[in-house]
Amino acid sequence: MLNKLKNIDRRIIFIFIFLAVLIPLLKPINLPTQVSQPVQNIYDFVEKIPEGKIVLMSFDYGPSTKIEINPMALSLVRQCFRRNLRIVGICLWPEGANLSREVFNLLSKEYHKEYGKDYVNLGFKAGGEPTLVSLGKVGFKELCPQDIDNKPIKELPLMQEINKYDSFALVLTFSAGVPGIKEYIRVTASQYKIPVAGGCTAVSASEMYPFLASGQLLGLMGGLKGASEYEKLVGAPGDAIKGMDAQSVAHLLIVLLIIFTNLIYFLEKAKKKT
Amino acid sequence: MKRQLPLYITFITGLAMLIQFYMPKIEFVGDIFQKWFAIIVVFAYILGAGSLILVNGQKILKASPGWGYNLVLIIGLFGMFFIGIFFGISKGPFNFLFNYVFTPLSATMFSLLAFFIASAAFRAFKAKTPEATLLLLTAFIVMIGRVPIGEVIWNHIPFLSQWSLNDLIERWIMGAFNTAGQRAILLGASIGLISVSLKILLGIERGYLGGE
Repeated sequence: MLNKLKNIDRRIIFIFIFLAVLIPLLKPINLPTQVSQPVQNIYDFVEKIPEGKIVLMSFDYGPSTKIEINPMALSLVRQCFRRNLRIVGICLWPEGANLSREVFNLLSKEYHKEYGKDYVNLGFKAGGEPTLVSLGKVGFKELCPQDIDNKPIKELPLMQEINKYDSFALVLTFSAGVPGIKEYIRVTASQYKIPVAGGCTAVSASEMYPFLASGQLLGLMGGLKGASEYEKLVGAPGDAIKGMDAQSVAHLLIVLLIIFTNLIYFLEKAKKKT
Repeated sequence: MKRQLPLYITFITGLAMLIQFYMPKIEFVGDIFQKWFAIIVVFAYILGAGSLILVNGQKILKASPGWGYNLVLIIGLFGMFFIGIFFGISKGPFNFLFNYVFTPLSATMFSLLAFFIASAAFRAFKAKTPEATLLLLTAFIVMIGRVPIGEVIWNHIPFLSQWSLNDLIERWIMGAFNTAGQRAILLGASIGLISVSLKILLGIERGYLGGE
């Protein structure tokens, strides 16, 4: 019996996980979301930036992590637009270009923001960290002569105010790996003293805590949980809050599975002893 | 000369980048190299595509096992390339394929992790040793505490509800233990990186020349 339970067909576990994710998505439980300090720090900082200032937003993720990271980007763009902050978007990941376009297209209509005046999307810039270093030394005008649609940045009024990193009040990066948050910390936060905050996938959130502790990272949204907390702060519940119910049940199921397998393990051990 | 030239280039550029960091007067050298890098890195994409075509093309020509997958890859590569060139990437078929083929496929691949993690946790996560037990308990707290349901459960346990679960995770597990561990890893990796960089600069480590 114990042996049977121990070697349970993994397809049964798959079915349980499938149902644990599907049922809460179809029938939300609406579990309460509590905001953590690293997320609150970002919100408070953005709220304090004077109107009209410019924020650099880096979309460093791809479709595989869109579910986790995109709600963060949507919430931050929403907050910046609501506060009349201007945004310059950039992507260090090639796939990020399309995703950033989607975010801007959706929210610029909602907040009646004009392209070129209220926000600009520079699209994908190859090279990762060395490109970030060059942007700081050479400046945006030389390294990014055109925007995402190959329009010369000379024609975009917002870009006339951008020179180097000192043109920005804050750097926000939505990152799913390398290049991402760490590269911005090393370049913009450490070398140019521009505040950096951002969001990353849940698996890489633990790596960011030393930077939070040192103050090099002013705030962090970790995974879907961080995104849901930000959606709550911005007052625009979206996919992240919906997804947290499913993630809650899935986590609970995994914990129960671990308890179950350990129970079998100890029962088996006790049986062997006797 | 074929082997010596790359070594000289590496040594000179590496040394120049190192010195310019400490000597602002020759910072312009670093700026030039950074600009060159931004240009050269674009060629890496061309090299990458070339290598992809070569490796997969050979498998298709030899009809190696699973050659059909290689063919799909090549069709995808050229398909997206030509669609992007002829129709643009901001709208039209490129955008359609990105949004309705690439995005759901990538998300599906990533989502499969949930199934494998659940299955792997069931099979491998056992309290066999005191260290494993400690890891297991921490994982429990973080896994449950990182989702809203954890807070609900925690607040319903009388002797635990006097402490904040969020505080326990943010301040203690993530802020103290995790930060200490991550810092140790970070410092260790950085020292390792400095040592490897020196070895490359001095020509001791030549793996980048193609394993010679």
